[in-house]
Amino acid sequence: MIFEVLRFALRGLGANKMRTGLTTLGILIGVAAVITLVAVGNGSSKAVRDSIQRLGANTLTVTKSTTGRGGGFGGPGGGGFRGGGGFAGAPGAGSGSGSGGQASGPRTQARDLTMDDAKALVDKVNTPSVKSASPVVNAQQSTITFGGSSTSVGQFVGTTPTYLDAADRRIQSGAAFTGDDVTQGQRVAVIGSSVARDLFAGVNPVGQRFTASGAEFTVVGVLKASGSGSSGFQDADSVVIAPITAVRGTLAPYGGLSQILVEARDASRVDSAQAEVTDLLNQRHDITGTAAADFQVTSQAGIQSAVADSNRTFTVLLGAVAAISLLVGGIGITNIMLVTVTERTREIGIRKALGAPRGAILGQFVAEATVLSLIGGLLGVAAGVICSRFTIVGVQPVLMPSSIVLSLGVSVAVGLLFGSLPAHRAAGLRPIEALRHD
Amino acid sequence: MTATDATRALAAGPGGAAPPVLDLQAVTKVYGTGDTAVHALRGVTLTVERGDYVAVMGASGSGKSTLMNIVGCLDVPSGGRYRLDGLDVGGLDERRLAILRNRRIGFVFQSFNLIPRMSALANVELPLAYGGVRRDERRRRALAALAEVGLADRVRHEPNELSGGQQQRVAVARALVTAPTLLLADEPTGALDSASTADVLAIFDRLSRSGRTLVVITHEEEVAAHAKRVVRLVDGRVAGDRRRVPVDAPPPALGASSTGTPPELGGLREGPR
Repeated sequence: MIFEVLRFALRGLGANKMRTGLTTLGILIGVAAVITLVAVGNGSSKAVRDSIQRLGANTLTVTKSTTGRGGGFGGPGGGGFRGGGGFAGAPGAGSGSGSGGQASGPRTQARDLTMDDAKALVDKVNTPSVKSASPVVNAQQSTITFGGSSTSVGQFVGTTPTYLDAADRRIQSGAAFTGDDVTQGQRVAVIGSSVARDLFAGVNPVGQRFTASGAEFTVVGVLKASGSGSSGFQDADSVVIAPITAVRGTLAPYGGLSQILVEARDASRVDSAQAEVTDLLNQRHDITGTAAADFQVTSQAGIQSAVADSNRTFTVLLGAVAAISLLVGGIGITNIMLVTVTERTREIGIRKALGAPRGAILGQFVAEATVLSLIGGLLGVAAGVICSRFTIVGVQPVLMPSSIVLSLGVSVAVGLLFGSLPAHRAAGLRPIEALRHD
Repeated sequence: MTATDATRALAAGPGGAAPPVLDLQAVTKVYGTGDTAVHALRGVTLTVERGDYVAVMGASGSGKSTLMNIVGCLDVPSGGRYRLDGLDVGGLDERRLAILRNRRIGFVFQSFNLIPRMSALANVELPLAYGGVRRDERRRRALAALAEVGLADRVRHEPNELSGGQQQRVAVARALVTAPTLLLADEPTGALDSASTADVLAIFDRLSRSGRTLVVITHEEEVAAHAKRVVRLVDGRVAGDRRRVPVDAPPPALGASSTGTPPELGGLREGPR
């Protein structure tokens, strides 16, 4: 009997293929939109997460605070995540930083971050949670030449060998520069994979010399690609990393450090490391009481959760827009089923006269609506999965299995729900009235 | 499920004798209320025995359509009592009425009322499908019913590929296929030409001879001439009830052909009681 009712429903759908197709299309578009847009949102948050994680999850960035003093300091693109200072609450607890100049005491002098600061941050007694602290300067100059060709690099970083570990950069070929290179101010450099590709096409870069602002550097190693090419941020592989002494001697002779990259001993000690670093730097920079700190300690976790939050909002918004189109598709089903019921009133009357129970009529029309939405839903899943294979507005979508299950479930529920109103109307028709209907 | 209900009702019948197929006692039907109330039936008492062939005649507005709806369990009476095959229809809910229609009554309508875009076979199978009959059994019975009305070669045709007469014969096959207690026809020849009318009436005669109970609602004398008994309705009351041949005799048309006497039409006319 259930099988029969289903057969009647399919026959009813087959009788008007154009209408069935268009109604199905409404649901198809809704489901495909939900799946694709959620995948796009998911993909973009994954890209952001990846690019943040490349810096290492257990690192802290200490930057000079420019509040109350104005004037940028680092070179363009320098500091990697200087913008992270915009996320309130990221600075260390009790430091009182980031609150702006007017609320704090008068500051006569904001000190630069120095090499000594960086050295002092690695201390078994004062900062037990800190594994390493790498001073970083970003060179102003970022065009380098080799032979006849030149390329511009995203970042020209002067630092110490610990930076590579803290920033989670691995050497693919050659070797990293050493502590001795730093002490001696050797002009050696490790280059990113993009630089290797652009500048040393077809040549093994290791051992080659390139020129930056008249200074010659020898390539000692090439970094493994971080695969961030399409992240929407700057290319993390377009980078040159050299000993800080060499960079200060040539490309960035003035001013203090751009930042200090602090690596905590493990991810669980990031918070305590942040507190220790803040305390120590407060001491060293004579920050007391209500005075505003002249530095900022930013944890990747803080940035990450803030970015993740905003991305989640973004994904939810995209999903909501798509859900509305699914709802519109559902209303389309109701509409077409109401038309169908009116059009087939006489048929319903005949069926009732022949002894069709209420449930059979109800079942037939609910089944018709549900089959419509199920077919639309399945095709929509297929369309959504196919769409998600392409890069959309620079974002590689990442399918969320839950979005497939949810949108398919919602589409079937939509069919049941929106089909039941017309079906109830059909089942409630009195046979004599339905038979009299023309 | 309800077959057992019905069996119980049958078994409970007085004296164990088969109850009449139709038993209407002072049935009334009122549409609307108060000043606008329309009394379509004003107390109809009618009993139809098993095997009878009754023509119900009346002008439009006489209440014959209302009577047809009540007899066909498509509507319930406002007053009085209606027993179908010994079962009191008055107290039944919609679900039971549907089952009753499915098993006890075969409908033939003036406008055929076949379901479009379904083959003749599928149309005839429809009441069996709602009755929960198995697929192969259904197929077998539907083919037999179509053969009985002479349409064995048209089973795959859809209604729009059939002539009016053929469509009405499909409708008759659909009415027969459940082996109902009562075959109820409402103006079955109203939309047919004379040749198709003759076909359908011939089928009715054959069905009557094989012992089926038929109630035909009509305003055509030609149709009434085939019935064993003619009931006239005027203003919602039975105004005439004339038996032409006994219940267990063959219908007049067949009886006449066997004896060589033409059917007597003049005797049908009767004044109001």
